[in-house]
Amino acid sequence: MTGTFDLGWWGVPLAIVAGAIRVSTPYLLVSLGETLTEKSGRVNLGLEGTLVLGAMSAFATCYLTGSPWLGMLAAGVAGSALGLLHATICNLPRVNDIAVGIALFIFGIGLAFFLGKPFIEPRAAMLPGLPLGNWSDNPAIRSAFEISPMFFVGIALAIILEWGFTNTRWGLILRIAGESADAARAIGLSVHRVRTLATMAGGFLSGLGGGFLSLYYPGNWNEGLSSGQGLMAIALVIFARWRPLRCFYASLLFGGATAIGPAVQTVGISEGYYLFYAAPYLLTLGLLIYSSSRTRTLAGAPSELSISR
Amino acid sequence: MNSTPTPSPPEVEIADLSKSFAAVRALDRVSVRFRAGRVHAILGENGAGKSTLVKCLMGYYRADGGQILVDGRQRLMLHPRDAHALGLGMVYQHFTLVPQMTVAENFLLGRERLPAIIDWGREHAALDAFMTRMPFRLDPRRLVATLAAGEKQKLEILKQLYLNRRFIVLDEPTSVLTPAEADEVLGEIRRLADASLLTVVFITHKLREVVRFAQDVSILRGGKVVAQTEVVAASEPSLARMMFDAPASAEKTDRSRRSASRATDPYLELAGIHAVGDRGTPAVIGASLSVCPGEIVGVAGVSGNGQKELVQILAGQRDRHAGSVRVGGQAFRGTRRELERWGVSLLIEEPLANAAVPSMSVMENLALRQFDRPPIAIAGFVLKRRALYPFAHALISRYGIRTGSASAPLQTLSGGNIQRTVLARELARAVRLLIMQNPCFGLDVAAAGEIRRQIMRARNDGAAVLLISEDLDEVLELSDRVLVMASGRISYETDRAGADRYEIGRHMTEGMARLSA
Repeated sequence: MTGTFDLGWWGVPLAIVAGAIRVSTPYLLVSLGETLTEKSGRVNLGLEGTLVLGAMSAFATCYLTGSPWLGMLAAGVAGSALGLLHATICNLPRVNDIAVGIALFIFGIGLAFFLGKPFIEPRAAMLPGLPLGNWSDNPAIRSAFEISPMFFVGIALAIILEWGFTNTRWGLILRIAGESADAARAIGLSVHRVRTLATMAGGFLSGLGGGFLSLYYPGNWNEGLSSGQGLMAIALVIFARWRPLRCFYASLLFGGATAIGPAVQTVGISEGYYLFYAAPYLLTLGLLIYSSSRTRTLAGAPSELSISR
Repeated sequence: MNSTPTPSPPEVEIADLSKSFAAVRALDRVSVRFRAGRVHAILGENGAGKSTLVKCLMGYYRADGGQILVDGRQRLMLHPRDAHALGLGMVYQHFTLVPQMTVAENFLLGRERLPAIIDWGREHAALDAFMTRMPFRLDPRRLVATLAAGEKQKLEILKQLYLNRRFIVLDEPTSVLTPAEADEVLGEIRRLADASLLTVVFITHKLREVVRFAQDVSILRGGKVVAQTEVVAASEPSLARMMFDAPASAEKTDRSRRSASRATDPYLELAGIHAVGDRGTPAVIGASLSVCPGEIVGVAGVSGNGQKELVQILAGQRDRHAGSVRVGGQAFRGTRRELERWGVSLLIEEPLANAAVPSMSVMENLALRQFDRPPIAIAGFVLKRRALYPFAHALISRYGIRTGSASAPLQTLSGGNIQRTVLARELARAVRLLIMQNPCFGLDVAAAGEIRRQIMRARNDGAAVLLISEDLDEVLELSDRVLVMASGRISYETDRAGADRYEIGRHMTEGMARLSA
């Protein structure tokens, strides 16, 4: 009977699949947030800071109130506050959104570390997972298929955004602001207002991604919680060519790459596994080289983005 | 928005309208009457006040004094919305379409209220039904970026009709069209007016279009209406005289007979050039051409057919995938050393963005070709700023560059003066090959004439000149040979004597697969 509990080498692909599902959620939420922001014609590079601040806000709120869902709400609100700050600064004349993003990246992390000091030790209530692996007796499979509802929220959001960009008034308005500010002004839209709302919404989603980190997986709060997911998610948007559904597939890919390291370690490889931990970073580098070119602009990039002009 | 159609299109009258910008009086008590159901042309040179006039009418500018009457009632135009509510619409010179959206999406954008969720099935059905009633049609499902310039212009006009605007202002509607496209679009506009569906005002500086398509014409000069007449009574030369206050084509550039240079070898030779555009699609497909010393070869074509990429290859700004460029019989890669050695000068379009440093001074920009050699530099790397001044001042006075001082940043100059600065820089050394792209784009008539004379002078002095221009009139005026570039290919060639505007125009639109959007 030990065989059913010990999957041996089969544990590696299982762990990667389970990891992909678990780890992909913050990638997905942040990349959807960034897609939303970039579709309006602005880049917010500060989402790593938003992610970390969201993680801290979620954990602290959950610790103080006992409700993980209130914690998630706090993460979203903190994220949109940072988004509002980014948008407000960028609405000033001759401000570069990239530079503001980098400043807010550092600011968000600094603020989270400063406010989060007292919450590093304690434990807080966690977000519940959906036990979708109950059909199996194998505890490894059962734990692998315990999936956070946030994963499904992310999928639903990806579908809604993909549909909404072409089929709703808000989707069209967002895309006009991102494709041609002149055309938007000519029909009487306030480009600043559209971009402010889009950056706030993007910040909200990224904050949720942070909340997932501190309240579900890995499920604690410390200063090394995020290992650059917020930054990699921005690279992922470029790879996904600003399409929400492709963001979902790309997130799974990144999640899987991130899960390789721990998975290899669980089957007892003790040498060189650090190399596998570098997989997501190598993947980011590889994808950026793959999707960029010296002679052409990025296909699918909103025309108003500072990187496509 | 009022969607019930009125029995006749609006009649608009402008009375004593004045508008000043700082010290400049752009409009001086202008009065014009646009009669219902007629095509009215506003003719004038650059800076005559045409655009200011219609922008006041459309509520983009607020006039300092005067009245606007729509169907006899005085109206205040404080915002474009006010004009739109009265059924007045405008098509801008630069398209306000969103290229990465479909035709249908662009139709919907102008609506005052969009539904929260768009029922595309119903919208497409409504659009298809609308299209069947229109004189020209477009597929609503196409991406705007794939439309040709003429189709975009039609889309802009259709959009106004879709929004129930019955009074339409067209700002230089044909500036990006081929002659055949221009005739088609203006012809349809005239038909809509004749059917009493529209009142049309179009701004132009092309006399030919006024004579062929307009019923009334107002001529503006220096912010004043100098003439207003029905077109039947006016002939082309008399209109020209009123427009310029001098008979048109008085000063044609001096074309000296070419000395028996036919026998010489080509100075510039392009063979089988292939290159891709910014979006990664083929932009130049097997282009070959040659230019001999002492001749101007003009390349006509609608913008976006590979001209930009071709010039960038010659300027060393873009890699070619295949083909060869030879200058003076030697392989040419566009390096600084080669440009110097072969006397190659380039005037690339939009020089402020493509061929100059906006924040550097006029003086420094003038020296970009020579700053590292004597007398400006010592030993190739120490800049002698004192030597810069006489060098720059000589060019500034010779080319009439109007600038506050030689140290003013280039970006503070007007478009014409930036163009002159770059031209002065390029002509400051012995020129044996001159490559020009849209050299007179956006310049007023006087400045354009002056630049064309410089080009002709370079040719008469024995330089090989390659002129790539979207302005067919310019190509026809200057060129010894005319080529047409369409869809990335050189599709047609003729000599000066055999050049026919319509034949060339037909080749310009041939195989209009839009390659580099």
